[in-house]
Amino acid sequence: MRPGKMLREVLRTGLKKPVTVLYPKEKLDLPEHFRGKLKFNPEKCIGCKLCMKDCPTNAIVINQVGEKQFEAAIDLGKCIYCAQCVDSCLKKALEYTKEVELAQLDAQKLKVVFGAEIKSDTKKTSL
Amino acid sequence: MHNPSEEFKIPIGPQHPALKEPESFSVALRGEKILGVDIRLGYNHRGIEKACEERTYIQDMYLIERVCGICSHSHSTCFIQAVEEIAGLAVPRRALYIRTLVAELERIHSHLLWLGVAGHEIGFDTLLMYTWRDREIVMDILAELTGNRVNYGINTIGGVRRDISSIQIQETLKAMDLLEERTKYYIELGLEETTIIKRLSGVGVLSYEDSLHFDAVGPTARASGVKRDVRKDDPYASYGEISFDVITDTGADVYARTIVRLKELMESYKIVRQCLKNLPDGPITVRAPRKIPAGEALSRYEAPRGEDVHYVKSNGTDKPERVKVRAPTLANVQAVKHMLKDRFLADMPIVIAAIDPCFSCTDRLVSLKDDDKKADVMTWQALHDYSIKWHSQRGVDFGKLNKKLQERLSK
Ligand code: SF4
Ligand code: SF4
Repeated sequence: MRPGKMLREVLRTGLKKPVTVLYPKEKLDLPEHFRGKLKFNPEKCIGCKLCMKDCPTNAIVINQVGEKQFEAAIDLGKCIYCAQCVDSCLKKALEYTKEVELAQLDAQKLKVVFGAEIKSDTKKTSL
Repeated sequence: MHNPSEEFKIPIGPQHPALKEPESFSVALRGEKILGVDIRLGYNHRGIEKACEERTYIQDMYLIERVCGICSHSHSTCFIQAVEEIAGLAVPRRALYIRTLVAELERIHSHLLWLGVAGHEIGFDTLLMYTWRDREIVMDILAELTGNRVNYGINTIGGVRRDISSIQIQETLKAMDLLEERTKYYIELGLEETTIIKRLSGVGVLSYEDSLHFDAVGPTARASGVKRDVRKDDPYASYGEISFDVITDTGADVYARTIVRLKELMESYKIVRQCLKNLPDGPITVRAPRKIPAGEALSRYEAPRGEDVHYVKSNGTDKPERVKVRAPTLANVQAVKHMLKDRFLADMPIVIAAIDPCFSCTDRLVSLKDDDKKADVMTWQALHDYSIKWHSQRGVDFGKLNKKLQERLSK
């Protein structure tokens, strides 16, 4: 038995520089497949709503905004960033990004809408 | 003043600074000695099983994954195995290897986490700091392979969601070398450091017979000499094709549990290396139907804390009819009562911590008995009235609040 066996380790580490970085000034790289804020590509969406069906938290809602035009309303407060919707979408209209700084003081700002560019002659048909 | 020869009861929890989760212990003491402990769970019931019935299998995957933050992969794999069995899916071998790989990485991070917590409970915070520093190595690997540090989301019905590249294999192997070196140091530390040996030896003893009697699982049972490990007894994923040893110890105390976990880490490195070396080529998923045919299945899985059991019953729709989760802590918690008897109060934190409890994951159902009717089932209204009565007896009046609520609801 040896008391204080960790002492050497402690002393050695004491000479090293800290590994923590000064966030937000410095930022660490995120892993390759990090699942952050979603991105919606309206041109690709065909409105099949599979993403809506599979979302575990009902965070995503697809609305038709014109003929063959869809927008995605995503509640970032509800989303658990599982990216199931990305997997479910057969048209690859959804993708995840590495955007993580999503905190908001106003809960309303967490509800984001990725709109299709509404052509001037078409109107919103549903919400 | 209190007479030390008299029996004295102290409640610990449900809210207590020393507890990380809400659970309640009522400890009967004489002086410093514990005469008996009553453990009460049920403060963190989240209704996950019921919620599973309301959601589709795909949605359930993410819900089940959140039964536990530490062994999320354990629960999700256990659940998915049951679903795949009912659906009769042949999961590709590559997917099974990746599942095994993530499972072992999870065990590594969980055991290192435990070592730190154990150090903290015995006042050896230096150990906590260093093990948790080293744990970051495996957390980074998990994040690299799956995308996120916790709730990896790697599983899907019929396979896994992400493949691994050769660069990731190299990185993981490098990390394993580093971790192995560190673990060797911790084993040496465990075998030599006076603080650890003196504080943990002879504490929380659970004999071989008692371990069987109380149906202990995981490292808790193995430290009492019970050679029980689902990975060996009922191989799932790719464990059948991998060689590793089941670590046991005959010490039967907290010290033995520490040593078992440390040695298990070494086995995990072995398994990870084999998984990466023998990783078969091929697809990582098979197409899974949305509607699962009627049937039932029971799935077992060796989580870092012991055997995890999931039961799934399907009825041919896209939602399960019944899901049952038995987390390993439920199997071990009975033994804790026994381990604490006739021990000192000061041993309580480390003895409880030694089973690596996860009380929130364990919390499933509380059965309420209607005393008037002697029935097992209480209606919603009866439960509501009972709760109001219970609180008003203790001086809390919910009448006004209730009225307000009713007004709101009727609007
Ligand atoms: S699954 Fe894809 S194509 Fe279908 S509605 Fe969702 S985003 Fe659009
Ligand atoms: S990432 Fe998950 S929770 Fe978020 S919108 Fe997609 S499916 Fe829903």
